[in-house]
Amino acid sequence: MLAMNYRGPYRIRTVHKVEPEIEHPGDAIVRVTRSCICGSDLHLYHGMVPDTRIGSTFGHEFTGVVESVGSAVQHLKPGDHVLVPFNIFCGSCYFCQKELYGNCHSTNPEATAVGGIYGYSHTAGGYDGGQAEYVRVPMADVGPTVIPAGMDLDDAVLLTDALPTGYQAAEMGGIREGDTVVIFGAGPVGIFAAKSAWLLGAGRVIVVDHVDYRLEFVRSYAQCEVIDFKHVGDMAIHIKNMTHGLGADVCIDCVGCEAAGNFAQTLLGIKLKLQGGAATVLHWCINSVRKGGTVSIVGVYGPTFNAVPIGNAVNKGLTLRMNQASVKRHLPRLIEHIQAGRIEPRRVITHRIDLRDVADAYHIFSSKLDHCIKTVLVPPGVAQEATTAAASH
Amino acid sequence: MDTPATSNLRSPSPSHAHIIGWGADIDRAMRPAYPKERTPPRLPHPVEPPQQQRADVEVLHSTERPGITPIFGTTLPPAGLSGRLRRLAFRHSENDLRHWLMLLLADRVQMGEGLIDDLSRGHVPNLYAEMGGRAELKHNPLGAARKAAIGIAAVALVAMALKKRRGGGRRLRG
Repeated sequence: MLAMNYRGPYRIRTVHKVEPEIEHPGDAIVRVTRSCICGSDLHLYHGMVPDTRIGSTFGHEFTGVVESVGSAVQHLKPGDHVLVPFNIFCGSCYFCQKELYGNCHSTNPEATAVGGIYGYSHTAGGYDGGQAEYVRVPMADVGPTVIPAGMDLDDAVLLTDALPTGYQAAEMGGIREGDTVVIFGAGPVGIFAAKSAWLLGAGRVIVVDHVDYRLEFVRSYAQCEVIDFKHVGDMAIHIKNMTHGLGADVCIDCVGCEAAGNFAQTLLGIKLKLQGGAATVLHWCINSVRKGGTVSIVGVYGPTFNAVPIGNAVNKGLTLRMNQASVKRHLPRLIEHIQAGRIEPRRVITHRIDLRDVADAYHIFSSKLDHCIKTVLVPPGVAQEATTAAASH
Repeated sequence: MDTPATSNLRSPSPSHAHIIGWGADIDRAMRPAYPKERTPPRLPHPVEPPQQQRADVEVLHSTERPGITPIFGTTLPPAGLSGRLRRLAFRHSENDLRHWLMLLLADRVQMGEGLIDDLSRGHVPNLYAEMGGRAELKHNPLGAARKAAIGIAAVALVAMALKKRRGGGRRLRG
């Protein structure tokens, strides 16, 4: 089968590799119909995530048709068109019993801090991802969700990570009616966090980035205010000037370890890798939020350490919330929002690229060429299929 | 999975009337991840703990665990020098910086191993294509030209330096 293949930082290609097999009675094999490149895939692509092995296939946002199932699978059958949450989770461990599916303790032998994730290095379990024609899906009765009949596949694939992560980012902010919410990052997750902040009753939503076309998009799509940080001297002062000197009620980090905007952080965290990425946005969040406010973090950071002003967070009495999204938990409500027309996730998709051109797709997304916001990879032969899921058999 | 009812949508405040869906989840009972920990989980079917997956390849596991997990990925088992570094790294816990630094080192070593593997199979990697050169040329021709110019200048400088060195060597010998 055709699959994306990592060869080192900034180097990928498509290769033919052996199709995955059922390795556990709870597995399914899924034929991929859509897979996205996520902003966090770029951390792998840039060589920032430890234990990213040469030959890995990335991709944790995908939809597909079930081809075969293991002997223990009871609720999924060949032919089902499913969306697959990026978390690989068992549904029964101590953490899954608390609906913390992103923290599952049964699917990642290589690390305890994170659960299993498709195509996200051996630090997240050593699974191949969905940027391929076929993928092994463990715990098939637990993770995958059959796509509701009539749902656009482009909406469905964004339910596997980007939309739930953006929603959870806003939700972890504990937004109350009328709150001022500042979101750092105008990528897909930041865009969905902005939309979600309104659903949660925010009074004011402000998105910060430095990529002009993305700011233009989010201003229109999420009907929010925007700040181009290239034109801001000091972020904390700027936010305080916008909020009667107090700071925002909620600040949300949707950027993570490859943030621009601070030379020292970029040098130490990205160029020299002396910390787990650039903590620029964490600084901005802690210093721009009001006393007693909440900082919500969904941006991905490396596992080592980061220099952050934790003393300020203590003195301001902040609440810090963070986690990988617990995707399955959010799906019923987010599907309702899509079906009710409150969110149209697919509008963030700017590029639809053949899987065979995956190297170009990554470069376009990574370098923000051609006004790229979100890229969907389509395996050869799939592009002509209907774009909506058929009713389940 | 039980889903919260949608009957308590509030009317948006006048200033937010233009925002579709404003306040739909203002009530915390409508928020799917509130409270943070929720038991029992609202999964569509009852779930039994998974059987142990059979390990047919070498799978490293964190020293913070007693053994491998019931479910795991089997791709790309450790091999070669990078594999030895990874095994060393997994002697240290995730709490120990050496664990992560050795894994990063192993990643860089494996880049070289991957290159050697390619060449040994008679495959010369197309770095231009692998790094998205075609997309760069199409969507950022000026940037592509700048990179090409920098590359050519770097090669020219190296060539000049080598030539000068050889010339200097001849003079010394003469």
